[in-house]
Amino acid sequence: MGVTSATHDEGAPAAAQAANGSAGGGDATPAVSVKSLVKRYGEVEAVRGIDFEVARSEVFGFLGPNGAGKSTTINMLCTLVWPTSGEARVAGHDVMRERDAVRRNIGLVFQDTTLDGYLTAEQNLRLHAELYGVPRETVAPRLEQVMEIVGLWERRKSLVATFSGGMKRRLEIARGLLHSPRVLFLDEPTVGLDPQTRSSIWGYITELKQREDITIFLTTHYMDEAEYCDRIAIMDQGRIIALDSPAALKASVGLDRVRIETPDRDAAIAALRERFELEAQVAEGSVTFGVPAGEQFVPRLFAELGQPITSVSVSRPSLDDVFMSYTGTTIRDAEASSTDHLRNVARMMHR
Amino acid sequence: MATETSQPTTDGQPPRPRAGARPSTGSAASPASATSPGSAHAIAQVRVPTRSIGGELRAIRVVWRRELIRFSRDRLRIATSLVQPFLFLFVLGSGLSSLVSAGTHGVNFKTFIYPGVLCMAVMFTAMFSAASIVWDREFGFLREMMVAPVRRSSLVLGKCFGGATVAAFQGAIVIAIAGLVEVPYELGLILELFGLSLLLAFAITAFGMMAAARITQMQSFMALMQMAVMPMFFISGAMFSVVSLPRWLAILNRIDPLTYAVDPMRRAIFAHMNIPAATRAALAPGVTWWGWHVPTLVEAGVIAVLGLVMLTIAIVEFSRVE
Repeated sequence: MGVTSATHDEGAPAAAQAANGSAGGGDATPAVSVKSLVKRYGEVEAVRGIDFEVARSEVFGFLGPNGAGKSTTINMLCTLVWPTSGEARVAGHDVMRERDAVRRNIGLVFQDTTLDGYLTAEQNLRLHAELYGVPRETVAPRLEQVMEIVGLWERRKSLVATFSGGMKRRLEIARGLLHSPRVLFLDEPTVGLDPQTRSSIWGYITELKQREDITIFLTTHYMDEAEYCDRIAIMDQGRIIALDSPAALKASVGLDRVRIETPDRDAAIAALRERFELEAQVAEGSVTFGVPAGEQFVPRLFAELGQPITSVSVSRPSLDDVFMSYTGTTIRDAEASSTDHLRNVARMMHR
Repeated sequence: MATETSQPTTDGQPPRPRAGARPSTGSAASPASATSPGSAHAIAQVRVPTRSIGGELRAIRVVWRRELIRFSRDRLRIATSLVQPFLFLFVLGSGLSSLVSAGTHGVNFKTFIYPGVLCMAVMFTAMFSAASIVWDREFGFLREMMVAPVRRSSLVLGKCFGGATVAAFQGAIVIAIAGLVEVPYELGLILELFGLSLLLAFAITAFGMMAAARITQMQSFMALMQMAVMPMFFISGAMFSVVSLPRWLAILNRIDPLTYAVDPMRRAIFAHMNIPAATRAALAPGVTWWGWHVPTLVEAGVIAVLGLVMLTIAIVEFSRVE
C-alpha cells in the first residue's frame, strides 16, 4: 500500500521512477496485475485462469472472438463481476477487497451506450462528475478539456438522444476521462461503428495517450485495431494464448500467408501436402497456408501444383495470422462457430 | 486544441499543474521541459475523494435531480398522467352519480371517490418512476451508476426520493382541483392529504424498485404494474364504502396497503365538511382490526413500514454482485 499511495500522491518521484525503469520495471506499481483469475458461471468456465500485467501508460489490448472471455475479464477488473477465484489488482488496489478504491481510479466505456438520452451532453458529464465527487472548482475546466479532446465542446448543449453512434461513443470516452482515472477501460470501443468513425475514435484514443498520463485497457475483436496497442493478449476460450507486442507476435509467425482460389479445394490441399509438404486449411472460403518468402514461392506453386488456380494472394503476417497460428482458425470463423454469435446478433438487432 | 495548447484558458488563468499532477508521459520526463510549451497542456487533474457521508448524500441528490429533469422533459407523460384522474372524477363520477345517489346520503359521489382518485394518480406516477430503472437497465445507464464509487443504497434512495417527489407533485395537482368536487381548501386538510400522498408515493416507488431489481424487461414490468395497481385500487374501497362488505372482500380490503391511504384521506375530508355523523359512519367508517378502529397515525405507520421494508429489499437486491 505504501508504494501505491506514493506513486499516486507525489508526482515527481513517481515520474522519476517511471523514467528510470519504464516498461514495467523498477518499483512502479503495474496499472493492472492479474493472477490465476477464474470466473465460472455454473458449469461454464468463462475465464479459465489468466495471468498478466499491464504497465503504467501502456495501451494494452485484449483480442479475441466474441465469447472468449474478454468482457467477463473487464467486468471483473471493474468490480462489476465477482471473480470465482484468483486475484486482480487495478491501480494497485484489489478488485475484491478495495472495490471503492478501484472504482475511483478507473474510467469505463462499455460496449453498449450508457448515456442518458434525455439529458444534454453536458448534463451527462456533470452528473458523472457529481457521482464521482469531482471537486466543484475543477468540474468546469475539466469538462471543457475532455469535451475538446473528443471534439464535442460545441455540441455540449445538445440532447444526447440527437447524437449519432460515433458521437455517443466519443462522449462516453470524455465521460470516462472526466475524473482523471489512472486506467481507462474501453470494452469494444468501436463495435457497431462505420469504418470512418472507427478510425476517428482511434485518432482520439491515440491523442489521449499523448495528453494524459493514463493506462488504456481495451478489448476488440477487430484484428486491424489491435495494432494500435503497445501489447496484445490474444484470448480464446477463456485463456490467454499469446501475449506480446504486435510486432513480436507477427515476427513469431514468421511466415507469409498465401491464399489461393481453386475449383477443387480438397484436391489442392492434398497436392500441397504431397508436393510441397505444406499443411493448408480452408479459411473464409479460400485455401490458406504459410510459407517463408511467399512471393518467390508463387512461380513454383503454379508450375508444380498440378491443380488449376483462379487467383492467388500473398500477405505479410498480420495479427489475423497470429491468431490463426495459435488457434488454427481465423477470428471470424471462431466467431461464427461460437454460440455467442447469437448473442451478438441479438445485440445488433436491439440497436 | 490540437497542437498549440500553451494559451491560457478563457478566464485568463494559465492551467496550473496541481500538486499531485502526474506529468504527461511523452516529453515531460525531464525537469527542463517544465518551461517548454510542450508541458503547458497540463491537464486539470482530478482527484476523486474517498467515500464519505457527504459523497453519499451528493449521490442521492444527483440521482434525485436526474429523476426530476427527466420528468420535466417528458411533457407528454405529465399531460397523460393528468387525464386519468379527470376521467375518473368527472366522467365516471358524474356518470355514476345518479345511479348511486340513493346510497350517498346527499354527499356528492365525486367527493366520495376523490381520495381514491388522488391515490391512484400518485400510484401510477410512482410506478412509472420506478419503471424508469428498468428502462435505465435496458439502455445501459444503470451500469454507469452502478460502477460509480458510491453505495448502491444511495442510488436506490435517490431513485426512491425522485419517484416520490414526482408522484407527490402529481398528487399536488390533483389536490389543487379539490374545490371542483366540493372538498374545502383548508390548510390542515391540504397538508394532511399532501403528507399522505407523499408517504404513499414513497412506498409505491419502493415497491416498484423492489420489483425492478428482479424484472429486467419493460413489458414484464408493465404487466406487473397492471396486475398490482388495478386490484389494489379496486379493493381499497376507493369506489365504495367498506361497510358491510362480504367477508372475503373485507379481508382483502384489510390486506391491501392502499386501504390505509384512501381511508384516512376520506375521513379527513369528511371531517372538514358539514356532514352528519350517521352519514360519516356509513360512508367513511374507518378501518377496523378485529373491531378496533385504526387511527390515522397507525394507518400512516402501516404505509411507512411497508415502504421501508420494500426499500430495504430493493437495496439488498441491487447491492448483489454477479
